[in-house]
Amino acid sequence: MRLGFILREVATGLSRNASMVVSIILVTFISLTFVGTAVLLQAQIQQMRSYWFDRAQVAVYLCTDYSTLGGCDQQAATADQIETVESQLNSPALSPYIQRYEFEDREMAYANFQEQFAGSAVVDLVSPEFLPETFWVSLVDPTQTDLIFEAMAGISGVESVVDQRSYLDQIFALLNAGSLTAMAVAGLMLVAAALLISTTIRLSAFSRRRELGIMRLVGASNRFIQTPFILEGIVAALAGAVLASGAVWAIVHYFVRGYLVEALPTTVFIGYDQAYQAMPVLIGTGVVLAALASWASISRYLRV
Amino acid sequence: MILFDQVSKVYRGAARPALSNVSLDVQPGEFVFIVGSSGSGKSSLLRLVLKEERPNSGSVHVLGQDLRRIPARKVPIFRRSLGVVFQDFRLLPQKTVFDNVAFTLQVIGKSQGYIHEAVPDVLQTVGLAAKADSYPHELSGGEQQRVAIARAAVNKPAIMLADEPTGNLDPATSAGIMNVLSRINASGTTVLMATHDAGIVNQMQRRVIEISQGRIVRDERQGGYQTSAIPLGEMDTAPTPVQSDDKPTPINKNADASVDPDEVPSSFPWELRA
Repeated sequence: MRLGFILREVATGLSRNASMVVSIILVTFISLTFVGTAVLLQAQIQQMRSYWFDRAQVAVYLCTDYSTLGGCDQQAATADQIETVESQLNSPALSPYIQRYEFEDREMAYANFQEQFAGSAVVDLVSPEFLPETFWVSLVDPTQTDLIFEAMAGISGVESVVDQRSYLDQIFALLNAGSLTAMAVAGLMLVAAALLISTTIRLSAFSRRRELGIMRLVGASNRFIQTPFILEGIVAALAGAVLASGAVWAIVHYFVRGYLVEALPTTVFIGYDQAYQAMPVLIGTGVVLAALASWASISRYLRV
Repeated sequence: MILFDQVSKVYRGAARPALSNVSLDVQPGEFVFIVGSSGSGKSSLLRLVLKEERPNSGSVHVLGQDLRRIPARKVPIFRRSLGVVFQDFRLLPQKTVFDNVAFTLQVIGKSQGYIHEAVPDVLQTVGLAAKADSYPHELSGGEQQRVAIARAAVNKPAIMLADEPTGNLDPATSAGIMNVLSRINASGTTVLMATHDAGIVNQMQRRVIEISQGRIVRDERQGGYQTSAIPLGEMDTAPTPVQSDDKPTPINKNADASVDPDEVPSSFPWELRA
């Protein structure tokens, strides 16, 4: 009986304020789509980070005949120098931290180079003697790169030591900035949505002020009076959240899976799982926001 | 039943108190008229009983409860034992007579079965059984007020508060309303009625409490609207007519359009210019 009564009240409230309800739906839809985009970007960063976490290596580049940097003097690393580096990597001080390492000579480097830049004009300009011999070192804990840097500093024949993750950090910083921007826009839009919801609920309460007055007079409990209004806000925001969930799915389906995966085949991308994980976040945010906004609005109206 | 002990109420920004040091005691089953001019504090008194307002000092006990000690969330429960009727009826225009009365029971969670038993019953009491399916705009003022009384009485309240229930009605219709209220009072409900209607008060000969400028100036067991015990000038707060030697300002037959009609000529006594 009471449930039926409350649901009827919600339905009348929604139909009476149709245009306001549509605007709530649109604003929550757009703001939550921004939230969803931010969540997807974070998931993408996470995905790439965990993918590269194991694969990222430290490269110990040795001198070539052309290099002038580091301990090089336009003189390729000698066999003795290479052995010194290798013995350093095998030394008891370093070896517990190293998972494995491999030596890449010029021919291998050249083959890799050709493969990586296949079809590019740069392949013709490079010959094996330009490319450095390299020790590729995988660490047990990829964050402990300082150990390698310290150990290799001052060893003659080593041109430079590079942590591959430093390249990735730039990409992550870019994606992070995008994610933060989306979050900021989403935050502003959510504030607008909350204000819109509370205004709508106040309008709805005003248009039913006679009923409200009588309800208070005859002793309807506050919760009974508030519930239809709070549900009204929640229903409208829920519709927006469902649309936003659809938008998130569409982004993954058409943009990420449908376009990016084919355009950049060597990169890992998020899949539908991440979209499905984002949806409860969107719906939860929408519902909680609407409930708080409409509760605050109707409570102010009902204060004795 | 209703006990006021040294109750004072000052509204924010008001120069003088709406009620000052009011003490009264209403027994169960009584029918009490509250009389006094507009602004004397009658409505404030009713609002205090309803816990719509809180007193600045003194205590109000209703139905054995100290209203100061009722927490805000328990106020709705408290109000279920009170019925209220207003001068302007306050019916819901889009609901039928039956639904208007049923609304009270719906919103406090009574079952459909109970509603279908109680509503026709109370409509019978107020003499509107035949009009259950009419809408408020199809009813006369007296009938609308009966619906409002039915709505206030359907939950069998211990106390009924009526704020000038006959204020909008002609004398014959008012008499009908008073019959309904008397019937409800006879069934055991305490009735507290604020009114300006001298005829009704004089005819009913019930307890009369007169309020003037926020103070109780008279409390008679079986009183009339006025009594000679109190000089008229003291209890009547209406402004006395301005005495002026000036001749009344004649109304111009050929009105001067350049003069703002709201602009009061300086020849008027200052009381009227303000």
